[in-house]
Amino acid sequence: MVITLAEVWRALDEITDPEIPVVSLVEMGIVRDAQIEGDTVIVTMTPTFAGCPALRVMRDSIVEKLTARGAAHVEVKTVLTPRWSSDWLTDAAREKLKAFGLAPPPKHGGNAQLFFPDQVACPYCNSTDTRVANHFGSTLCRAIYFCRACQQPFEQFKAL
Amino acid sequence: MNDTLLARNVLALADDSLLLGHRNSEWAGHAPILEEDIAFANLALDELGHAQLWYELHQELTGREPDETIFFRDAADYLNVQLVELPKGDWAFSMLRQYLFDAYENVLLAHLVNSSNARVAEIAAKQRPEEMYHLRHTSNWVKRLGLGAAESHRRMTAALNELWAYALQLFAPLENAQALTDANILPDPRALQTEWENQVGAHLTASALAVPAARAPRAKSRSEHTAHLRELLTEMQEVARSEVYGVEW
Repeated sequence: MVITLAEVWRALDEITDPEIPVVSLVEMGIVRDAQIEGDTVIVTMTPTFAGCPALRVMRDSIVEKLTARGAAHVEVKTVLTPRWSSDWLTDAAREKLKAFGLAPPPKHGGNAQLFFPDQVACPYCNSTDTRVANHFGSTLCRAIYFCRACQQPFEQFKAL
Repeated sequence: MNDTLLARNVLALADDSLLLGHRNSEWAGHAPILEEDIAFANLALDELGHAQLWYELHQELTGREPDETIFFRDAADYLNVQLVELPKGDWAFSMLRQYLFDAYENVLLAHLVNSSNARVAEIAAKQRPEEMYHLRHTSNWVKRLGLGAAESHRRMTAALNELWAYALQLFAPLENAQALTDANILPDPRALQTEWENQVGAHLTASALAVPAARAPRAKSRSEHTAHLRELLTEMQEVARSEVYGVEW
């Protein structure tokens, strides 16, 4: 074993969500835990949306990256508890989403009534004169909004 | 004994979501507007994701891998309700079917998150917030179509009269399931039905749609299927069952 736990975390923080290539799996809260047992690195992850087709890519990316960094064996476990929440996105990650053109999700504190804001700030011009076009978008985790101020459609990362 | 019984009930949950997801996927490229094309593709993907969680639990209980369970099982051994195997029909039909199923899942999941079986509870907890997006979307559309034009109202009424008795099958328990209710693993289906009828009835009435009088489910047993299931499976299983199965793409 030629990889330390600190190096494991550093490597994991370099892997981005394939559908949102500006935030890492660590920043997303998808990677929950990493441990080294003997010559095996055990990474625990949790899915965002249950049907997210990127999950397999993420698992493969973890194995590939850690193997390239010197891990002899990599095991990726998936857990459902605690349930992933979009509230876990750090402020830094929210800023990155915004810069990428994705409005960050509303903080809901577990209250599902707050999942569906009528208006969210446009990531391009910051106006809140926006309307929801569709709660379903190009990926499971995106909704589509329209900004009346700058006349642009934009996507929002959905609250979960 | 409870593991075998639970596996069978989990399989029923999995099969319902899988087949509804498959039927929804048939709208890809065919929905009346682009937004709904996207929405039905998302609904389909969510249902497949939820089915996968149940099939994984089924595997933990029986050792059968999800692919084997899905692709190498004949229609007679599927445990879905007939509601989800019916062809997609017109868009009112698919929308109303999805609404009736979403309302059922929301009621069901609210109970399952408190299941005495920790795996059942965590899978339900995972699905629940995602299902809130479904119910919000489909309940809004039911209202819009019910209160909309004469044509949309006519199609919704026809769909409701066709689907109602099929939906009632969702509350027909599998044989011996009472033992799971007694163990607080699954909720009492009669209680579920009452909650569902109250919620759905109020929403349909507010959408100017008359709740049909039928009280009996279209089929009693989840082993009874229409010819539509065989047709669906023939198409869905074709590639997996051909010689190329196992080839690395």
